Amino acid sequence: MAKLHVSTTINGEPTEFLCEANDSMLDVLRGPLGLTGSKEGCGSGDCGACSIMLDDRLVCSCLMLAAEAEDSDITTIEGMAVGEKLHPLQQKFLELAALQCGICTPGVLVASKALLERNLNPTETEVRYWLAGNLCRCTGYDKIVRAVLDTAAEMREAAQ
Amino acid sequence: MNETSNKWIGQNTIRPDGADKVTGRAAYGADTTMPGMIWGSVLRSPHPHARIRSIDTSKAEALPGVKAVITAKDIVEFPLDKSVVLGIQDMRWMCRNVMAREKALFHGHPVAAVAATTEAIAAEACKLIDVDYEVLPWVIEIEDAIKPGAPLLHDFIQFEGKPSNIAGTLEHKLGDIDAGFAQADVVIERSFTTRPVHQGYIETHACLVSVSADGKTTIWSSSQGQFMVRAMTSLLTGLPQSSIRAIPAEIGGGFGGKTIVYLEPLATVLSKKSGRPVKMVMSREEVMRATGPTSGSMSTVKIGATKDGKIVAAQGTYYLQAGAFPGSPIRGAAGCAFAPYDIPNVISRGFDVVSNRSKVAAYRAPGAPIGAYAVECVLDEIAEALKIDPLDLRIQNAAREGTKAAHGPVYPRIGLLETMEAARAHPHYKAPLGKFQGRGVASGFWFNAGGESSAQVNITEDGNVVVTTGHPDIGGSRAAIANIAAELLGIDYRRVSVLIGDTATVGYSNLTGGSRVLFASAIVVTESAEQVIGQLKARAAKVWGISADAVVWENGEARPSGDHTGNFPTMTLAEIAAKASETGGPIGAGVQLNTTGAEGGFSTHICDVEVDVELGIVSVLRYTSFQDVGRAVHPAYVEGQIQGGAAQGIGWALNEEYIYNKDGKVDNPGFLDYRMPVCSDLPMLDAVMIEIPNPKHPQGVRGVGEVPLVPVMAAVANAVHSALGKRFYSLPMSPPKVLEGLDEGTLQAAE
Amino acid sequence: MTDIQYLAPHTLDEAVGAFAAAAGTARILAGGTDLLVQMRAGMVRPGLIVDIKKIAEMTSIEETADGGFVVGAAVSGAVLAEHPRFGKVWPGVLESINLIGSTQVQGRASAGGNLCNGSPAGDSVPAMMAADAIVTVQGPNGRRQMPVEAVPAGPGRINLAPAEILVSFTLPPRPPGSSDAYLRMIPRTEMDIAVVGCGVSLTLTNGVCTAARVGLGAVAPTVLLVEAAAKALIGSKLDTAAVDAAAAACSAACRPIDDKRGTIVYRTKVAGVLLKRTVGIAADRAGRA
Repeated sequence: MAKLHVSTTINGEPTEFLCEANDSMLDVLRGPLGLTGSKEGCGSGDCGACSIMLDDRLVCSCLMLAAEAEDSDITTIEGMAVGEKLHPLQQKFLELAALQCGICTPGVLVASKALLERNLNPTETEVRYWLAGNLCRCTGYDKIVRAVLDTAAEMREAAQ
Repeated sequence: MNETSNKWIGQNTIRPDGADKVTGRAAYGADTTMPGMIWGSVLRSPHPHARIRSIDTSKAEALPGVKAVITAKDIVEFPLDKSVVLGIQDMRWMCRNVMAREKALFHGHPVAAVAATTEAIAAEACKLIDVDYEVLPWVIEIEDAIKPGAPLLHDFIQFEGKPSNIAGTLEHKLGDIDAGFAQADVVIERSFTTRPVHQGYIETHACLVSVSADGKTTIWSSSQGQFMVRAMTSLLTGLPQSSIRAIPAEIGGGFGGKTIVYLEPLATVLSKKSGRPVKMVMSREEVMRATGPTSGSMSTVKIGATKDGKIVAAQGTYYLQAGAFPGSPIRGAAGCAFAPYDIPNVISRGFDVVSNRSKVAAYRAPGAPIGAYAVECVLDEIAEALKIDPLDLRIQNAAREGTKAAHGPVYPRIGLLETMEAARAHPHYKAPLGKFQGRGVASGFWFNAGGESSAQVNITEDGNVVVTTGHPDIGGSRAAIANIAAELLGIDYRRVSVLIGDTATVGYSNLTGGSRVLFASAIVVTESAEQVIGQLKARAAKVWGISADAVVWENGEARPSGDHTGNFPTMTLAEIAAKASETGGPIGAGVQLNTTGAEGGFSTHICDVEVDVELGIVSVLRYTSFQDVGRAVHPAYVEGQIQGGAAQGIGWALNEEYIYNKDGKVDNPGFLDYRMPVCSDLPMLDAVMIEIPNPKHPQGVRGVGEVPLVPVMAAVANAVHSALGKRFYSLPMSPPKVLEGLDEGTLQAAE
Repeated sequence: MTDIQYLAPHTLDEAVGAFAAAAGTARILAGGTDLLVQMRAGMVRPGLIVDIKKIAEMTSIEETADGGFVVGAAVSGAVLAEHPRFGKVWPGVLESINLIGSTQVQGRASAGGNLCNGSPAGDSVPAMMAADAIVTVQGPNGRRQMPVEAVPAGPGRINLAPAEILVSFTLPPRPPGSSDAYLRMIPRTEMDIAVVGCGVSLTLTNGVCTAARVGLGAVAPTVLLVEAAAKALIGSKLDTAAVDAAAAACSAACRPIDDKRGTIVYRTKVAGVLLKRTVGIAADRAGRA
């Protein structure tokens, strides 16, 4: 059987790829598309390291078939900074040392950005529950949560 | 101590590898490809214990797309009667762990591997391999493994003259234990169990190996030591180390679990056989079934104290699971358990027990948290029996400078007492508690390590700095090294580039482990930088036509001193670099050392919990760690180590455990049911850093990475006891276990 | 090269036709949060994957003229949570769906998938049962309806005929004084499968419980509708004796197993505890004085 041809948009770029019907979006991102910023920590939706935005919805790319990307709009960690300019969350994570090994960081950043786009004034509890699907084994989450809250505060201020 | 400007040491600078890590560009073990690359897959034993009678790979080899199939025959064998030790591993076990030889010893034990043009074909080919197994009785738990008549894993293991699963013992002794207990007014003896827990790194093991026709081998892999990868792969494949270039990928967490190889030797042999680069990536399930957790344990601790609170005798017995091959961390358990205390009479014993589970690997202060859990819980009971505040009891008995520890050393200046006193004085210790809430404290010790490290410090032609070291950076060590180099050279840290070299570009460096990386690399970087400064001064002296002795290096500049003060304009690093060619050539220095003086680390923790007594759920409300960090070169990443250790310990205490089914197989081989703490499970984790500089280190550095885990399970257990008046002697304190332990009487008393 | 086909039809008829033609080898893809995990683990090897998310009826939320709701089987938890009215009328059903997995899973997972997965621990199922939801299914022989509690058949099994597709859930209009709630016990705060789940829907008239339904998850081979618990509540003022009796009925209804997630003893005890807590929340929402 021939491979499926999929036309989609990834990080703002019209993109075409071929895939098997059972390939996950993560397989295609990391493989033929070479976008290895999305990580596979579990392959079962339990760690969040493969988080991407699918039509403005935060999803695990390991739990999505690549074939489903047809006519959709996908953003990965590679689409978060604009040219040289880091997103405020990326900058804050660096400043507050909110990453250690960094393997969960792309997923955490994508998820955090999705949160702040919906709620620029989250409580600590809201941040913690929103990010409950992003496992981090290094930091104990403390600096991650602080970085998200600090970024939100700065973005609120900037928006005023 | 070097105090040249103290501008960068102690600053939370941006890590050199940071931008790549927040943009998804950083390349980890599974993130690289090579032209012509094919995929490797491992066939694993479906039985927890079975003799391998024969393996027929012919059908797999015939499958279109399959390029190579290997079994234990393709791996170098190390005979059982002769130990060949590499670091903490014995190659006799390593060669049998990476590929089962005579027997498969756990469910998931590799028995063959395939390389094929796609992952799917490789997986399909594995199914076509016929393995003739003679299924054997198996044993999983320690108590079953040490019973008379238990199924035996290895014929060659004897204990007290008889075939056994007890593979080794260790004993630390101090004073006269019987005389000690005879002086005691109160003696408490308790037994404890802990379950095996996994390091839980989010990045699974992965590698990409290319062996060319002449045997030149390139290994790209995620590990805690590229030199360990090179040496292990060399020993297991027969390739000389000089033919192997091991390149350290960024590492997505290790915590000790990547101080060992699983895939690299297999991929190397597959690549050699197929003539193609071979990539192998474990699934999470493979990680959970076949890579090292740390040991489960059974322990008994007995402590005696006089009625005024002086601990006079302590005895500990620790049985630790090694998994399928000898080598559990009994040294950490038996050696660290009583190390925080000045106790005149001690016996501490460890027993290394094999069983049909995956071979354990190092996990953050291996063994020490197990030892501390038992000791610190019994200390709590002593305090209760004597009606002494638990921190006061610890302070009264704390080890200090001059204390002789049971595991050997006489302590130099240490900061344990300061951690305890800081805890006692902290607002957390006095904060009010509500119903079914409790507070626990515990202390802990970890040895810390020095050992071999290499560094190269080069001045670029435009007057900037490249520092190359040899240890994978697992949590920010490059940032700290940049701070040190910038400090010594007197320049902005952003002018220092810090790289992790591969085995062909930097001198031998031991593993990232034992909390040794910053301790050891700071020493070699400091010595290299000092040599570079010497060269810079000599170059300036040459330009000025004066003696090098008459030049000082300050704030990134050479300045004439003494009689020559003011005679010449200062020369900056950039100016000297620009003249390097005409003053003697490239400027740079490398230092390779076996570092010593890594003194132990101590930590004291306070934990508050609340228990939902109807559901048995324990929640951590507040957590504060007090640690002697020596010198916090990059404070935020030191805090990060402390916070991460607390989180891992809370997981170990409350929910993490390997669950085996009745067939001897892991029943929870994934992040769904292997329950590591998620973000909403934890409060903010406070870290109080106490800096008692290590007198044996140029910057005062002590290892900080491992001791943060040591006291945690005891602190949580003591807090649960404080909340309920009921003590749990086995981990994890999971909801069913806690609820089962709560009867009406306990609840009424707790209210 | 695999021999798996992927199809994303725009109409139910197409979907049913393809499903039927595949003669048992097809799997329906809604959010995929169970299916992809099962495929990866090798538990299922479909010959055909039918993605139903392009079918309008499967992804729409409709408020009916009488105040009820029809929720498409493939509506994700995140989408349902954003509906301006649904969560006000059926807060318990909504919270049960929103407890399925992480934020990421919420972007995909649906109540239809949760029910059709056949797990006795599916979070939305007890709440849907308590809500007296009716499911609409369509197959080669047309449409039919049945109560939610008629769907589960056993672990991993449901009572849908070959080639039948779950289309939607119909939730009835709410009389005044009605509300619902769902609670589950998990060892962590998130990301676990329910060890016990409890959904309660009730109506209060002048402080008296005039209607109640109780669904209980993860304590038997299928999610249970516990009529004895409902009976204990109905007619009472939800006083301690009545709620205790309902809790006892829940514990009595349990036929759990010991597994990696919980023990028989634990689940049985916790079923009663959760019933009490869930009734309390539902009653408060229903305006208990």
